Amino acid sequence: MIAESLAGKRIAITGTTGFLGTALVERLLRSVPDCTLVLLIRPGRRGAPARLQREILKNDAFDRLRNSLSDDTFDSMCQRRILAIAADITKPGLDLDDEGRAALADCDVFIHSAASVSFDNPLDVAINTNLVGPVNLVETLHDLNATPHLIAVSTAYVAGTRKGRAAEELLQAGAYAVPIDWRNEIETARRARLHAEDRSRTTKSSDDYRAEAKRELGAAGTTALAIKSEQLRDRGVRKEMVDLGLSRAHALGFSDSYAMTKAMAESAMVELRGDVPLSIVRPSIIESSWAEPFPGWIRGFRMAEPVIIGFGRGLLKDFPGSPEGVLDTIPVDLVVATLIGVAAAGPSDADEVEVFQSASGAVNPFRMAQFHAWTTEFFRNNPIYDEYDQPIAPPRWTFPSADKVTRQLYRARSGLEKADGVMRVLPVRGKRAALAADIDERRENLDKAIGYVDLYGKYVVCEAEYQCDNVLALHASLPPEDQASFQMDPRVIDWRTYAYDIHLPSVLTAGRGIKTAPSGRRGGGRAERLRGQVLAPERPLAAFDLENTLIASNVVGSWGWLATRNLNRGQRARLVLKALTEAVGLQRLDRRDRVAFLRHFYRRYDNASVEQLEHDAGELFSDLLVKNSFPEAIRRVRDHRAAGHRTVLITGALDFIVKNLEPLFDDIIAPSLEQVDGRYTGRMLTAPPIGEMRAEALRQYALEHDLNLQEAVAYADSTSDLPLLEAVAFPVAVNPDTKLAVVARRRGWLVENFEPAPGGEHKILPVAPYLPRARRSA
Amino acid sequence: MELQKPTPRPGLVLEVDRSTPPILFHHGEGFRLESLPAGRSRVLYPGEPLNPIEDPDGAIRESLLNPIGEDPLPSKLFAGMKLTIVFDDISLPLPPMRRPDIRQRIIEIVLDLAAEAGVDDVHIIAALALHRRMTEDELRHAVGDRVYDAFAPSGLLYNMDAEDPDEMVMLGETSSGEEVQMVKRAVESDLVVYVNINMVSMNGGWKSTATGLSGYKGIRHHHNVDTLLKSSLMDHTDSEFHNRNWRQGDVIKAAGVKIFQVETTVNNNVFGTQGPMSVLQKREWEWSARDRASFLAMQKGLQVMPNKARRRVFQNHLAPYGMTSVQSGEVEAVHDKAVGHMMEQQLVQIEGQADILTMGLPYLSPYNVNSILNPILVMCLGLGYYFNMYRNKPLVREGGVIIMSHPTPIEFHPVHHPSYIDFFEQVLPDTTDGHKIAHKYEKQFAEDEWYRHLYRTSYAYHGVHPLYMWYWGSNAMNHAGRIIIVGGNVTAVRRMGFTPATTLNDALEIASDVVGPQPTITHLHNPPLVMADVV
Repeated sequence: MIAESLAGKRIAITGTTGFLGTALVERLLRSVPDCTLVLLIRPGRRGAPARLQREILKNDAFDRLRNSLSDDTFDSMCQRRILAIAADITKPGLDLDDEGRAALADCDVFIHSAASVSFDNPLDVAINTNLVGPVNLVETLHDLNATPHLIAVSTAYVAGTRKGRAAEELLQAGAYAVPIDWRNEIETARRARLHAEDRSRTTKSSDDYRAEAKRELGAAGTTALAIKSEQLRDRGVRKEMVDLGLSRAHALGFSDSYAMTKAMAESAMVELRGDVPLSIVRPSIIESSWAEPFPGWIRGFRMAEPVIIGFGRGLLKDFPGSPEGVLDTIPVDLVVATLIGVAAAGPSDADEVEVFQSASGAVNPFRMAQFHAWTTEFFRNNPIYDEYDQPIAPPRWTFPSADKVTRQLYRARSGLEKADGVMRVLPVRGKRAALAADIDERRENLDKAIGYVDLYGKYVVCEAEYQCDNVLALHASLPPEDQASFQMDPRVIDWRTYAYDIHLPSVLTAGRGIKTAPSGRRGGGRAERLRGQVLAPERPLAAFDLENTLIASNVVGSWGWLATRNLNRGQRARLVLKALTEAVGLQRLDRRDRVAFLRHFYRRYDNASVEQLEHDAGELFSDLLVKNSFPEAIRRVRDHRAAGHRTVLITGALDFIVKNLEPLFDDIIAPSLEQVDGRYTGRMLTAPPIGEMRAEALRQYALEHDLNLQEAVAYADSTSDLPLLEAVAFPVAVNPDTKLAVVARRRGWLVENFEPAPGGEHKILPVAPYLPRARRSA
Repeated sequence: MELQKPTPRPGLVLEVDRSTPPILFHHGEGFRLESLPAGRSRVLYPGEPLNPIEDPDGAIRESLLNPIGEDPLPSKLFAGMKLTIVFDDISLPLPPMRRPDIRQRIIEIVLDLAAEAGVDDVHIIAALALHRRMTEDELRHAVGDRVYDAFAPSGLLYNMDAEDPDEMVMLGETSSGEEVQMVKRAVESDLVVYVNINMVSMNGGWKSTATGLSGYKGIRHHHNVDTLLKSSLMDHTDSEFHNRNWRQGDVIKAAGVKIFQVETTVNNNVFGTQGPMSVLQKREWEWSARDRASFLAMQKGLQVMPNKARRRVFQNHLAPYGMTSVQSGEVEAVHDKAVGHMMEQQLVQIEGQADILTMGLPYLSPYNVNSILNPILVMCLGLGYYFNMYRNKPLVREGGVIIMSHPTPIEFHPVHHPSYIDFFEQVLPDTTDGHKIAHKYEKQFAEDEWYRHLYRTSYAYHGVHPLYMWYWGSNAMNHAGRIIIVGGNVTAVRRMGFTPATTLNDALEIASDVVGPQPTITHLHNPPLVMADVV
């Protein structure tokens, strides 16, 4: 009967690139052979038809239909039955062109399933999509003089956070209606965004963001810091709007801005609909399919998935709620069947707005305790593996109150934040700095856990009981073959089968980057892979920093060595003492501005003999550079050369000091000192390649030699080298300081810990070996 | 009246019985005292240091004036000639000797004679071949400050550079096709005086010049696995390695290069008769209470020292060697005579081979003076040198077990041994087979630009050197059924393809898999140096 009543009908649908929308398109194509579809798709960069092909028809939901037909038949059927039109529901008139308007004007049914389902959207974004969208849509229909049967997908959670029965009735008709002026909400949300944007740009805010960027990245250069502070500002505004959405929703008795904006949308549509017949379908939490197109079909990461994976990974040590709490879940195919059933049945004769709740809680509740038990059992049998190839044991949940869980999580996070703060100022490198990255990662994980508990916890403790009598009645009214084929009765679900055999396996398959088996690799599998990429023959160029990347020394060390080379013991002691007293100030200057530091420091070479230094630099090469070099790093440079890559050293160290490294590199970019009458003046001829200048030098170099930086590799050790590392496609953090370690971990960069040769002598003070008087130069 | 010095006692073979005290094993920068199984173990002891020549300068002058198979040196010196004095590098003697070094004595006398003859074109060259350059301190130690200050500042005293294309020449090929390469200055000189100190019988003779003044192109013809498998390295009459050097010597002679060879030998007074180390030169059952106390104190002291400090203590030790002979003149005749003197000090007869050879490896090999004995050098010291301290046949039977004792830390001198680090990290994990290594890696290591740069401008051994060290052990690796290192770093020992053991007893236990439960054992009580005449 369903197929017949929809035969010849033209059905418009929004939100078809989403989970529910895709399933709906598939089912209509497969099971309602004689209808045609008009899909309203936001064109994006590729345009609506391309998105239809790539993002909808390529989905594995269509495999079943595709396999029952030949590829050609499938394609021609889609061609014949689907019209993709560019539309943006957030814009007045839906941004339709004439063709789109004509197509829409002809439609018999309009299923509106587009929504921003994320629970933590900024308020204005949620309002724009979820409230302004439907308003635009209804107004456009009026504008076109069209009166298709409008079926709006809402959510069961529009009932708010109250307890007890939630009936299938309009909100205004219910006993708990809260009067809200939705027009005012649209306006205030817009204003709130403007205010937030303004506030983020005050002098104080700008200073704060800049300071925070600096704290995170250190002396990373103007551009990097600018990008970072803008990022922080953007994030700050977003967070403010998210928080605003949540508090407004809480104030109005909703769990979040999603439910709130959906509720307002219902009111708005009812108010504005005029003679457009309207039905509302309110699903609860939509999860993977029960049977259609195949059991366990899912698209994207849904609501419960992060929680499930978080559980499997041992991330969510506990979860609020009660064991008897109900997880009102509904498989996607049951919702799709309800939508199609409502469409086939047509609008109510009485011109009333009908409401259908596609929810399981009232007739076939799925309890929290069951979920936990089966999930635990599932992960015991199918564990997720950690990075060390150890299976992770699922945690035992005690279902404490939401407050308690949140308190614990916040306490843990504040501890980690303190540790993080300490780590970031500690002068540690390499493996020890990796601890900072660990802390950062754990903090991020905790943040995720807090997010899950904050958002999803409310759904779990929500004790409203969503009635579904209308859906059951609709189902009962169908002929038996449709009843079987368009299953919308939640009582059909066996939760154990659904959870253990259908949903959890599909979540694991859909979740990317989840290790469901030991990798079997020994040692750093990922690092090995990255190393392979870095050394791949197609790389044109490998750029290297010197200090702490290739050798464990710095400009102060080489100066100290050269300065003490020809001194007697008394002079040496005085020089070392003097240098030590200046060390703190120099370090401060270095941290603030490395270029200024070098300029200041290189003054020390004023009046030094060019010939003498060149002579001494020969010994310095062995006694300082080679002795303190990292053999693995030197090997890496040579590996790059062996692979046919061009190698370049970009350093702030002086040219005569690094001259002996020439055989390792095709080119060395290093500053030179001015010479007058065979003596140095202590002034640099060019600005040293530090910070952004370093990236710039590399870009210039690549340009001159016609090399593609998009394929290049760069090695460096500190956040001041961020511009250099960001300039290439394959950055390698070598013995990173804590800040760079965190950045590298977050961005998935290769991190190398190169060490000096084991057993080598390492001096505490960088002074030259003592020479007897007769052998000293003046 | 002058007291007659007591006649030094010769070396001996001790049969271990139940009354034998624990035996000293050198163990890097430390020692172990080990009880060897009674009834089936023997210990080969070196002879006591021979009495040195009392007037070395007089003996040297005497020898130069009365050379073997050549006219007296003064008759070869004339005004306007090019004279080149070449001397053995830092690898000899081991450990370095107290000042004045024999090389200094000889060079000073040769320079006196040259000055008398009005010679003013003199170069003094350290015969490095592929060894690292000597530092100024080391050069001063070898030739003395007077010679150094007179020649080095004007560039007339220097380390040879085997990778300088302008400084090396090819002299031709031997009858068997081995190329001969030599320092150009030596070839162009009217006379080359080679100043040698002979520690082991492998050195001297044509090896001094054919190897010592050559570069990779000449050296590769005998420093390879196939040659070494056919060489008893300490017996030049039974060594393909020496045959090839001698053939290269023929080419040198034929090319008209005039070599005046000066070979000297020293006694084995390594640790002296004074100080805590002197106990190492005594036989254990003769240790006095005072010896035992000083040994214990030394052990304890070393144990609490950090690695680097301990290494410095040992590396700073200079041996009070005494010169036992000097002979000069024609290369081969001089060498034969020098070897005779060496044998007088080192050779000890022992009957028959054992199932197991044990050796305690000390802190020093020819390639880590003022440096670090890295794992590859540990291998080479044991299998390349000590194993080869025999005449006729090895101390251990074919298929027997070699047990060496050394901590074998994974430590490298970053300046001296850069290519060793890469060899250890890249080559050994791939293969330990000498042939495969040669085939796959030799060219790469020998011709590597960076290693070449470090050899020429810094103080690095040539890139190919670690491979040569590995080849040096081929004979022993081929001969032995199993090689065990006691007390070594497990990773290092395994990577080299050997078996690690914690104690000597464990090692003997492991060895029983190969040689059965009641094997015979010979312990090479070395250093001071002892060479076995296995009959």
